[in-house]
Amino acid sequence: MAEILVLVDHVDGAVRKTTTELLTIARRIGEPAAVFLGSGYEAARDTLARFGAVKVYVAESPEFDDYLVAPHAEVLAQIASTAQPSAVLVTSNPDGKEIAGRLAVKLESGVITDAVDVDSDLTTTQSVFAGGYTVNARVTQGTAIITVKPNAVTPEPAETTPVEEKVAVTISDAAKRAKVVARTARAATGRPELTEAAIVVSGGRGTGGEFGPVEALADALGGAVGASRAAVDSGWYPHSHQVGQTGKTVSPQLYIAAGISGAIQHRAGMQTSKTIVVVNKDAEAPIFSMADFGVVGDLHTVLRQATEEIEKRKG
Amino acid sequence: MKIVVLVKHVPDAAADRGFNESDHTTDRAGVDGILSELDEYAVEEALKLSDSGEADVIAVTMGPDGALDAIKRSLQMGAASGVHVVDDALHGSDAVATSKVLAAAISKLGDVNLVLTGMASTDGGMSVVPAMLAERLGFAHIGFVGELGFADGKVSARRDADVTETVEASLPAVVSVTDQINEPRYPSFKGIMAAKKKPVETWSLADLGVDAGSVGLSAAWSVVEAVTARPERTQGEIVTDEGDGGVKVAEYLAGQKFI
Ligand SMILES: Cc1cc2nc3c(=O)[nH]c(=O)nc-3n(C[C@H](O)[C@H](O)[C@H](O)COP(=O)(O)OP(=O)(O)OC[C@H]3O[C@@H](n4cnc5c(N)ncnc54)[C@H](O)[C@@H]3O)c2cc1C
Repeated sequence: MAEILVLVDHVDGAVRKTTTELLTIARRIGEPAAVFLGSGYEAARDTLARFGAVKVYVAESPEFDDYLVAPHAEVLAQIASTAQPSAVLVTSNPDGKEIAGRLAVKLESGVITDAVDVDSDLTTTQSVFAGGYTVNARVTQGTAIITVKPNAVTPEPAETTPVEEKVAVTISDAAKRAKVVARTARAATGRPELTEAAIVVSGGRGTGGEFGPVEALADALGGAVGASRAAVDSGWYPHSHQVGQTGKTVSPQLYIAAGISGAIQHRAGMQTSKTIVVVNKDAEAPIFSMADFGVVGDLHTVLRQATEEIEKRKG
Repeated sequence: MKIVVLVKHVPDAAADRGFNESDHTTDRAGVDGILSELDEYAVEEALKLSDSGEADVIAVTMGPDGALDAIKRSLQMGAASGVHVVDDALHGSDAVATSKVLAAAISKLGDVNLVLTGMASTDGGMSVVPAMLAERLGFAHIGFVGELGFADGKVSARRDADVTETVEASLPAVVSVTDQINEPRYPSFKGIMAAKKKPVETWSLADLGVDAGSVGLSAAWSVVEAVTARPERTQGEIVTDEGDGGVKVAEYLAGQKFI
């Protein structure tokens, strides 16, 4: 059975949930082989074994963090040329897409981005035009390079004892052209990561800058907090929380939009959410057309009351 | 400094976008096209550099006849000249082929110091072409840039990806910019008039020395097998808050097992 390479997305060995999703998908297709690039493999080992990596290529070097994606693409290409996998799966985020793009050129292979599902025969499903269409596609040349969105599948554990293969790292000067001189870690909020969260509560211009009720509801539900661009541009919430075309794409089980009108650029980032709940004081707001449940009302009172009621029910 | 801005002509997102039934390519005839909004930020950033010093800004696009509109808009905003790569053989090209053609165009222009692009197109939205170009041209690449500066012949940028990074690179470089970087200008009346006299070159694949058999739909390295219009979401229950709106939200969430 051919190997399916899964590029491990991690921070100093802390494996992100998306990687366990990719391993779960890889298992349907072939033999999951994780590729670990960077530092901190010790911390990653157990998670990769628990989610079924039959093999792990370990290329440990602190240098990966010193430059933008090019070294990742270079070493991944090197591993792929010897492993001859039938597919390489990468998380659909800015770094992942850039790695996939470079890899496609290096391996002379087709690339598909933003898959929300991948079948055992490597047919992908994508949601395009702000969620208006579903597209099924397939790579027809070389190794299938596919970036997969977070929350595509529910990660399923499948304990293995992976074979570890150390890979010697030599990074060319050409891959060192963009040097990272500083990196600001995401502020710890104690809330789940926006793109990975099962529940997202977002606030827009209608909050008037007061995100307290949005955060309180998110906390009562154990969710993440999102924001529209209007809220971000007003300086009310950090850009890293923006949902939409030029922000994050989320696909949670539950999306609550409060004080958001539902512009196409916002919808592009949340249209594939399973259940959508809307709170908006304007009954004509376009966002209501996509609501599974909606309340026409002032978000400040409605969200506060909802939070109290949820706390009460949780007991 | 010689700056190339890559611009794309896309179906307007505000309209009803769709696909050609025969070959699953984007329908570019049935919907009004515009300069991809996200490319306006790249044009603006290039113009800021030319406003503040010596820079020659060339807008480059690849696309059918109508794509010339994207060049025109860039010229109206202030770009000095344009290049339109157009060839029937390009129809249905994938990102890999697109990057090959654009790389050839940039090489033909020669001595390009900086390539600016939007963070994604508003139609395909893959965000992979800038990285592919850098790979092909051997340029440095910084993607998703929210702030750009130059000092000592180096680019220094704030990259807003998963985390915020400060990145330095020497030229030549490919830089893709986000909608955080600036506020794109509207073409002035003077700009619109001046644009009419600005030079636009039209290049075919032969002009670029790219084999027509290596691009287009039949040479694409991925194929779309099916396109299905997603059923419109059906609107659920909408209630008006009469003092119990929050309780109703909680009841609904409990009913859906979210609590
Ligand atoms: C290139 C480009 C990229 C973009 N990318 C994004 C993106 O990634 N994400 C994004 O979100 N937008 C994006 N936009 C902007 C988008 O077009 C909209 O302008 C934006 O989404 C509007 O945000 P909003 O819904 O919060 O504000 P508005 O459209 O102003 O809506 C505010 C809503 O709040 C309601 N409201 C007001 N007060 C209350 C109250 N007290 N209680 C309840 N409801 C209230 C109003 O009825 C209204 O419906 C982009 C635009 C462009 C041009």
